[in-house]
Amino acid sequence: MAKVVGAVVVDTEECKGCGLCVVACPQQVLGQNKQVNSRGYHFSFMENPEACIGCSNCAIVCPDTCITVYRVRV
Amino acid sequence: MEVKDIIKPENLVYEKPKLLTENTMHYCPGCTHGVVHRIVAEVIEDLNIQERTIGVSPVGCSVFAYNYIDIDWQEAAHGRAPAVATGISRVNPDKVVFTYQGDGDLASIGAAEIMHACNRGEDIVVIFINNAIYGMTGGQMAPTTLLGQVTATTPCGRDAERNGYPLKITELIAQLPGTSYVTRQSAHTPASVRKCKKAIKKAFQNALDKKGTSFVEVVSTCNSGWRINPVDANVWMEENMFPYYPVGDMKDAERDSKEAHLKKN
Amino acid sequence: MGELRLMKGNEVIAEAAIRCGCDGYFGYPITPQSEVMETLMAREPWDETGMVVLQAESEVASINMVYGAAGTGKKVMTSSSSPGISLMAEGISYIAGAELPCLIVNVQRGGPGLGTIQPSQADYFQSTKGGGHGDYKLIVLAPASVQEMNDFVDLGFELAFKYRNPAMILTDGAIGQMMEKVELGDYKPRMTAGEVESKTGSWATTGKTSDRDYNVITSLYLESSKMEESNRRLQEKYIQMEAEEVRYETFQCEDADYVLVAFGSSARICQKSVELARAKGLKVGLLRPITLFPFPKKPIAELAKKVKGFMAVEMNAGQMVEDVQLAVGCAKSLATVTYFGRMGGIIPTPGEVVEAIEQKLIEA
Repeated sequence: MAKVVGAVVVDTEECKGCGLCVVACPQQVLGQNKQVNSRGYHFSFMENPEACIGCSNCAIVCPDTCITVYRVRV
Repeated sequence: MEVKDIIKPENLVYEKPKLLTENTMHYCPGCTHGVVHRIVAEVIEDLNIQERTIGVSPVGCSVFAYNYIDIDWQEAAHGRAPAVATGISRVNPDKVVFTYQGDGDLASIGAAEIMHACNRGEDIVVIFINNAIYGMTGGQMAPTTLLGQVTATTPCGRDAERNGYPLKITELIAQLPGTSYVTRQSAHTPASVRKCKKAIKKAFQNALDKKGTSFVEVVSTCNSGWRINPVDANVWMEENMFPYYPVGDMKDAERDSKEAHLKKN
Repeated sequence: MGELRLMKGNEVIAEAAIRCGCDGYFGYPITPQSEVMETLMAREPWDETGMVVLQAESEVASINMVYGAAGTGKKVMTSSSSPGISLMAEGISYIAGAELPCLIVNVQRGGPGLGTIQPSQADYFQSTKGGGHGDYKLIVLAPASVQEMNDFVDLGFELAFKYRNPAMILTDGAIGQMMEKVELGDYKPRMTAGEVESKTGSWATTGKTSDRDYNVITSLYLESSKMEESNRRLQEKYIQMEAEEVRYETFQCEDADYVLVAFGSSARICQKSVELARAKGLKVGLLRPITLFPFPKKPIAELAKKVKGFMAVEMNAGQMVEDVQLAVGCAKSLATVTYFGRMGGIIPTPGEVVEAIEQKLIEA
């Protein structure tokens, strides 16, 4: 069976650190960075990148449209 | 597979719609407006009606909606967006006109304008963001504020005797023969966002097909006004808002044949 | 010569709108101007020219419909009477702030409050000094005949588009209701989509095309510097209007010792008063402002150098008289400035005006 792997790119400057993507992710890929961006927000990042399946759920709930999603079958 | 090998143009499955501008939205972190703006942009893109669409933004947090979607916009006086949309639509029947309004704008100061625009069956789309509070002015009681809900002007909670009851305006709108599609959605989970997009797309398609007014309420959060974090605000909404404002279609004139005769023309 | 008809002032507004290529009328019934919308509805211009006519749920809605339609570059209008214009004040302020062209007709009735349905000129301040919130002006045209009711519809639209500013026809129940001979204008076609685009495409919401940035109609400028910039732009327009658009008429002012200043209905009364006064040997003339904003300051200042006194004759408690005083003051003239008027819907008689000239100007 083909396996699906994914990855997301967070526009860290646009991210406001609301955390909605973190709870929307079914694979617990995302976390909030301890660091902050220039506006002081704890931006999201892939904490467990290997778990990502590229389902886009994070991007779909993101109010600031700062997540781009990639997906590939391997 | 390395992350850098996945992030390639051919593997792209989701990106920001082209119709959203580069402007950073002024909304608070976690605000539902951002999601609904994106859905509207996606729908306009999907239907390929950028050149035909004119948006009407309200007074309230979404007053600056015109900064974010790359279409022509008009900014209306508080509550008057449905009248402004009527004016645009009547003299430009080839255009697709939508209003984007909050609960204070639509259900309080603009209650007359929304009722009459819907009753005339203007061929417009109404996007109604109901977060049960006045966001922009600092969290005062809205017509849709729940009983017991604490706001800046109901510090001890909304009291029916003093403040009246939360207004289910969408249920009232659904009674009007001029409306063809009236629905209540939310946009807080991946599944609800997908459903909400389907509803908004149907509303825009109805406007294109001149089927009368389509009205989409989106039960939303205002985590700043509610004084809760964005994630907990979604939970609070599910537990408190949904029982009073249940999501789902209230009217689909095409589907409900008994109502088909009420359709315009 | 155009088509001659015997018509009511209000009916003529409707007829002139259709003939000048108006795209839309949005209104709400109120006495004494309901014939405007009634005439339009009976004429069914949507079949003839494609003009839209819509009865709104309120004056508040109708002025906002005008805002929306005007924001797309179309030629649109509304009409109402005093209490209805008060309700529209918010919308008019937004229209002025967003710099939209449109025509508003105020067929005045007596006030304040619900007032009376009889004619009045008590909305002079409201019309010429703004009326709603913020620093703005309307171009205000004051017809004194049914013929001018006809002529000022086209002129009002022309000026509104020239300046991207709302224009108002300020008339009253007397002229709205009275029947007179009128020469109607020829039919002008409505602007085509191409004409709207070429004339207003730089700012109007005609639909965002790939060859331009998107247009926004708004009066919101949260940044003070941008708000001030917008205010300055408006003020520059008003200065240009004062330089280019002043319209007035004089009657027997050449040798006058005393000049009446009156507009609209009261100017008609004053014309008779001038004749009566002259028959008594009094050298009286009349200056009739046709544009109330911009106000004919200069011609009044010029007259102030040679006459003994002015009397503003108004159907209100004395509003325009303040503008006459300012104009005379600017001329550093010692001419007397006084006022005579009736209120509550009463039209002064020519005889009353002559008596007032004798008492307030000559004996004083």
